[in-house]
Amino acid sequence: MRRQVPLIITFFIGALLVISVFIPPMVSLKETFTLYFDIIAVFAFFLGGGNLLRVHLGKLYGKKQDWGFSLVTVAGFAMMLIVGLFKIGNPGGIAASITAEGSLFQKLFEYIMVPLGSTMYALLAFFVASASYRAFRAKNREATILLIGAFIILLGRTPFGMMLTSWIPEQLSILQIPNLAIWIMNGPNLAGQRAIMIGIGLGVVSMSIRILLGIERSYLGEDK
Amino acid sequence: MLKQILVYALILALSLIGYFVITEPIILGPTASMVIIILIALVLLYILVRTIMGSFVGRRTVFTFVAIAVILPFFMTVDQPIKVSPEVQQLYDAVMALRPGSKVLVSFDYDPPSAPELQPMAESFFALCIERDLKIIIMGLWPQGPQQADLAMQTILREEAFAGKSWKYGTDYVNLGFQSGNEFVIQRMGGEIGSMFHNDFYGTPYDSLPLVRNIKNFSNIDFSFNLSAGYPGSVEWVQVAVDRYGLKMGAGNTAVQAPQMYPYLRAGQLTGLLGGLNGAAEFEKVTGRKAKGTRFMVSQSFSHVVVIAFIIIGNAAFFLGEKRRKKPEGETS
Repeated sequence: MRRQVPLIITFFIGALLVISVFIPPMVSLKETFTLYFDIIAVFAFFLGGGNLLRVHLGKLYGKKQDWGFSLVTVAGFAMMLIVGLFKIGNPGGIAASITAEGSLFQKLFEYIMVPLGSTMYALLAFFVASASYRAFRAKNREATILLIGAFIILLGRTPFGMMLTSWIPEQLSILQIPNLAIWIMNGPNLAGQRAIMIGIGLGVVSMSIRILLGIERSYLGEDK
Repeated sequence: MLKQILVYALILALSLIGYFVITEPIILGPTASMVIIILIALVLLYILVRTIMGSFVGRRTVFTFVAIAVILPFFMTVDQPIKVSPEVQQLYDAVMALRPGSKVLVSFDYDPPSAPELQPMAESFFALCIERDLKIIIMGLWPQGPQQADLAMQTILREEAFAGKSWKYGTDYVNLGFQSGNEFVIQRMGGEIGSMFHNDFYGTPYDSLPLVRNIKNFSNIDFSFNLSAGYPGSVEWVQVAVDRYGLKMGAGNTAVQAPQMYPYLRAGQLTGLLGGLNGAAEFEKVTGRKAKGTRFMVSQSFSHVVVIAFIIIGNAAFFLGEKRRKKPEGETS
C-alpha cells in the first residue's frame, strides 16, 4: 500500500496532464498544477536551510575535521537570517525593504557575498590552467583534434586571436582565428549540441513513460 | 590552522597597507606594459626550454603565472582589437529597432559568482536602454538576481553620461524581485505577470507601479533580455516564453553556457547572444561605451594565452616522457 498509493497518484496526475493538452477546457489545469509546484518549492527552502544547519551543527558538536569552516557557515547563515528577518540596520526600520540602499542586509550582500562569490568563481581559472597543463595531451588523433579546437576557441574568444591573424587577406578571412572560432561554434558545436538536445528529449520522454507506468521507482527512494 | 590564520592575516595586512598607502590608481604606460609582456613571454619560453631539457614545472608555477596573467593587466595599458560577432550585432540591432518607450523585460538569473562575466553585460544593456529611453522591467529566477540588477542599475545611474536623465523608479524602471518556481514562474507569467509578483522588490504592490500597472502578460512586452548562469535560465525562457508565448528575446550567458544556446540562436528562437566576457566586451564596442567588459577582457586574453602556453609546455613534457620511455625499450631489443 505504501508503494501503490504514490504510484497511483503519479499515474493519475501524469495521465491527466497529458490528456489536458488535447482537451481545450482542461488546458488551464497546467496553470493550477504549477501553483502546487510553487508551494512545494517554498518548503524546499526550509528543508535546505534546516539541512545546512543539521550538517554543520553536527560537525561543530562533534568537533569533526574542519569544524572551523562549519562555524563560519553557521555564523554567516545566522547573521544573514537575523539581519534579514528583523531588518537590523535598516534605514527605514521594520516597515522598509531590507534591500533599500544603505541597509545592513544590502551592505552584507555587496561587501561580503559578492566578493566571496566572485573569489570562488575566480579560483576556477587556476584549476582550469592546472588541469589543462596536466591533462590536455595530444595522445591520439581524437585528442589532437580536441586540442586544436580548444586552441582556436581559446584564442578566438579573445582579441589576441584577431591580433595574430589580422594579416591574413580578406579573401581568406575564414582562416582568421576569430572566424574559425565562429565557424566551430556554428558548425561542429551546433551539430553536437543539437544531437545532445535530441538525445535528452528522447530520454525525457522514455523516462516519463517509465515513471507514469511505475517501472521507474527510484524517486520513491527505493532501488527496485 | 595557525599557519593558515597567519597567511590570512598577512593578506589582510597587505591589503590594508595597499588601501591606505596607494591612493591613486597605478597604471603603467604602453612601453612599460610591453616590457612586462615580453618578460613574461621570455620566462614562459625559458620554462619550455627547461621542460625540453627534462626539468618539469609543478602546479604552483602554473598558479603563479595565472595569477600574474589575471592581475597585471589591471595595471597595464593594452589596446586590443575587438571584433563584433554576428550574434552580438543581432542583439544590438534588435534593441536599436525598439521605439522609445518600449517595454523591456530583463531577467537576472545568476548570482555573485557569475557576476564578473554577466554584470558588465547587465550594465551595458541598462546603459543602452536608458540611452534609447526604453522602460525596464527587472525580475529574477535566482534569489540574488534582483540584487545584482540593483547594483547594475545604481552603477549606471551614477555615471556622468546619465546624470542629466531623470530616470525614475516606478515609471521608467521597476524591479519585481525574485520568484521561486523556476520555469513554472515563466509559464504563469505567460498568463498573468501580476499573479507571480504581487509586490515589487521593495514591497510596493504591483498595481501601484505605473510602469507595470497595465502590463498583463508577455504580449505587452516588446523585448526581453535574459542574463543566465545556468538553471533556470535562458534555455527555460526560450522553451516557455519564446516558444509558447512568442516573446522576442536576447540572452547573455556565461562562456560555459553560451555554446548550449547556439541551436536556439540559429533556429531564430533567440535574437542575439552575448557569450561570456568576450560577448560583454563586444557589446561594449558596438554600443560605444567602453567599460568593465573591455577592461576585464585584457586579463582574460592574457590568462588564455598563459593556459595555451602551459598546454604546449605540458605536451612537450608528455612527448619527451614518451620518447624516454621508448628509448630503453629500443636499447634492450
